[in-house]
Amino acid sequence: MIDKQFIGKVLPGFQVAAEAAQLRFFAKATGETNPVYLDESAARDAGYPGLPLPPTFLFSLEIQQPASGWRQEMGIQPARILHGEQSFTYHRMAHAGDVLRFESRIADIYDKKGGALDFVVRETRVTNQRGEHVADLRSVLVQRNA
Amino acid sequence: MSTLNLAQVRVGDTLPPLTVAPINRTTLALFAGASNDHNAIHIDLDFARRAGMPDVFAHGMLSMAYLARLLTLWVDQRQLRQLGARFVGITHLGHQITCAGKVVEKFESDGEQRLRLEIQTTNQYGDTKVLGDAVVAVVALSL
Repeated sequence: MIDKQFIGKVLPGFQVAAEAAQLRFFAKATGETNPVYLDESAARDAGYPGLPLPPTFLFSLEIQQPASGWRQEMGIQPARILHGEQSFTYHRMAHAGDVLRFESRIADIYDKKGGALDFVVRETRVTNQRGEHVADLRSVLVQRNA
Repeated sequence: MSTLNLAQVRVGDTLPPLTVAPINRTTLALFAGASNDHNAIHIDLDFARRAGMPDVFAHGMLSMAYLARLLTLWVDQRQLRQLGARFVGITHLGHQITCAGKVVEKFESDGEQRLRLEIQTTNQYGDTKVLGDAVVAVVALSL
């Protein structure tokens, strides 16, 4: 069982640049055909300052968090976890070239089925290089203990 | 990209569905690299078996990316306010995923007219894999 004392734990913040090449790779890997996500000039024609980050890509930046020692500290075992839920609330767009800051905390920990399943809820606030609020992310990880 | 007209969209309306190519190992390898999610359970058969799974399986976030495409085929991304998903079933190799959405509510929030949608992915056998919801603004404001 994951110790509930970790509820409220603040994870190390970090920032990461959104890169156009990675966005094009993501578009290809997800079967994207809309040129807005693939071609800089199409993005500009659509009124974007650069390639827009597609709606779920913030998770792909968040996952680059360099210090993942907190998972070990909390006793989370990579082979036993599943992604249970994910949500995004958007406040403004982000584009290639933006440098995004991720600040996360463990919002909740609970178990079900007599401890056979542990749930870890992480909430993340994302801001851009101008300090503007870009989005809020919420992830629920499920760990199978049985 | 068409701008939604509230007068034209009604509760109960469905979005044009999006069917994507069947999931194969290349899909998962490419998505691992592109999404920065290198969890071995999605790309390494030996690791997956040791974890008690019959084979590698799709990242939940791949399904969610497909759901995002369903929405951005329908509205400009600048109109998207929320996107949420619950991963209720495993998407296995060979599954061909169809994304579907339905308007379930019209409401006003933050001075905007908004629509709430129920979205989901289903494989070719009709099994639901991801259940989600989304909120879009009827008129795009500069986000």
